[in-house]
Amino acid sequence: MSKLTEIRWHGRGGQGAKTASLLLADAAFNTGQYVQGFPEYGPERMGAPITAYNRISDTKIRVHSNIYEPDFVVVVDETLLASIDVTAGLKESGAIIINTPKSPDEVRKYLKGYKGSVCTIDAATVSEKTLGKNFPNTPMLGAVVKVSGVMDEVQFIEDMKASFAHKFATKPQVIEGNVAALKMAMQEVKGI
Amino acid sequence: MTIRDRLSGNEAVAIAMKQINPDVMPAFPITPSTEIPQYFSQYVANGEVDTVFIPVESEHSAMSACIGSEGAGARTFTATSSCGLALMHEMLYVASSSRLPITLACVNRALTGPININNDHSDSMGSRDAGWIQIYSENNQEAYDNFIQAVRIAEHKDVMLPAMVCQDGFITSHAVENIELIEDEKVKAFVGEYEPEEFLLKSDSSIAIGPYDTANFYIEHKKQQAEAMVNVKAVALEVAAEFEKMTGRKYGLFETYKLEDADTALVIINSSAGTAKDAIDTLRAEGKKVGLLKIRLFRPFPKEEIAEALKHVKAIAVMDKCEGFSAAGGPLFAEVRSALYDLNEKPMTVNYIYGLGGRDVKTTDIESVYSDLDVIVESGKAGDTYRYLGVRE
Amino acid sequence: MKNKAGQLITPEISWKEITPGGTVYEGGSAHHFKTGDWRTMVPTYKPENCKQCLLCAPVCPDSSIPVQDGKRLDFDFDHCKGCGICFKVCPFGAIDFAKEEK
Repeated sequence: MSKLTEIRWHGRGGQGAKTASLLLADAAFNTGQYVQGFPEYGPERMGAPITAYNRISDTKIRVHSNIYEPDFVVVVDETLLASIDVTAGLKESGAIIINTPKSPDEVRKYLKGYKGSVCTIDAATVSEKTLGKNFPNTPMLGAVVKVSGVMDEVQFIEDMKASFAHKFATKPQVIEGNVAALKMAMQEVKGI
Repeated sequence: MTIRDRLSGNEAVAIAMKQINPDVMPAFPITPSTEIPQYFSQYVANGEVDTVFIPVESEHSAMSACIGSEGAGARTFTATSSCGLALMHEMLYVASSSRLPITLACVNRALTGPININNDHSDSMGSRDAGWIQIYSENNQEAYDNFIQAVRIAEHKDVMLPAMVCQDGFITSHAVENIELIEDEKVKAFVGEYEPEEFLLKSDSSIAIGPYDTANFYIEHKKQQAEAMVNVKAVALEVAAEFEKMTGRKYGLFETYKLEDADTALVIINSSAGTAKDAIDTLRAEGKKVGLLKIRLFRPFPKEEIAEALKHVKAIAVMDKCEGFSAAGGPLFAEVRSALYDLNEKPMTVNYIYGLGGRDVKTTDIESVYSDLDVIVESGKAGDTYRYLGVRE
Repeated sequence: MKNKAGQLITPEISWKEITPGGTVYEGGSAHHFKTGDWRTMVPTYKPENCKQCLLCAPVCPDSSIPVQDGKRLDFDFDHCKGCGICFKVCPFGAIDFAKEEK
């Protein structure tokens, strides 16, 4: 039986949830897995709620539908909790990962009785400390890898170092900060 | 050594274009194919190709420029979607009747209205009778492989017809997935140079293309053009055999999945075929004999081969991601049913219009079609043959 | 007009022999198409009045006034459609224009 992990991302247009899903696909690809990373497209507007998806598998992925029963849900912007049913279809064996300074117990009340794991990461603070600015994507990626276990953590960090070195070839000063953001997020994520 | 990568369908096609390095690329951006000329113009700016990129003011102009440059003897590519393809419509006929083997990447999107940017096949199905070869692709890998093969098929001396390579907008064009790329030099060697016998810029002769044709000659030209389309099947198989030698990846006129012993089957196009394969595996595990036939070549339509592949099936659902407004079913349904007509024992055949304007198609949707087919087999009655899948009542 | 094998393209030609896409493989093929029988009016050249000013030749829409060594010759009646522009433009009465008797 193949091992398939399905992840749904909730964010707002312009925040980079799509980019984060593509980064995760990249990271999983680098560890030799089959991946899908795709956004749900509509008339895009800055700030409007958007959804993106990942499938990560050890066998070829053929299905081309959206994901309705994800193993993990990632919420890049906690203000979405009030308006979007983020745990819809989320497996109770899975987890939801929310970008918030609050504790898992504090946010659980917004989750419509979801009984699975609730994890939180203060991606803004991690980003401020390591990158000097609020770029929540990198810390969110670290938290997702930690919580989901979709890839080996040590190998993940090594691959991301290479990936950042390639991506930021013209500004090497940000590579170290991004790696630090990943590591810090993996330590700071609460509720596992 | 194949190159393992992860790319969106649009990027995969842009890379195929880069590897082939055409002479000319006229294009006008339109969602969801915009990324193709966008990536490609970066390759031009970076000097990675020596293509002349022509930014035009409309798709009608893009196709007009393609016709001029291909006629001049230059290998020419373009990309478009939806109303872009519709705006090219007039010029598509000029390209095919002038026997100009332009290659077009069509990223399938619904036609307005109401206004919609998501996927269905109404754009390329609207162009199905324009004399273009049409090749459909399930995923990024097929979009890449088919584009490379399409250039060879189109430019073959027995063919000399333009080709469009279609994939599903957003669903595969914007989804990053694993892909195996071929080395640049192998792609270049496989595709070779474009060497038409006659072209406008040939220095030692002068020709004129696109003349007025009177009733005395027009139908002879059309018969000749139609015969070139008949030749496509053999050429496509020849090119596919050579492609398989290079890559190990096998292509035919269409693909079958667990069809050999199937009692019920789907005929389907593009990305939903992958979703259907997962549904088939689920149903097979329950002991149900289900299969599918995925269209690769829609123009020409390989009717004898399709009839042969489907003749043992008891009930078939033909899946149209496009309305035909014939009040009798979609365009694929008409083709498949017509192909089956010559069989002595005809399978029962019904049509489903599905997935219009980006309506998501899930494995459970496909499973519901197979259970509808079970009912047809059990009752021996096809019932209403013109159906909708997943529409709210 | 001929196909690439040199066969003349006539209304009897088969679809197998006709040129792909209708491509015309030679220049000046309009010469083969005789438009002279469209004519109802006909110009007549009167060399005795002609000063060889050559105003007529360039205005002929059908290139039916041949010029050789700087001098115009008689009309090319295979292609002249009888439009009368040359008659209008001639300042010296060297061209008559009248209904053609056939």
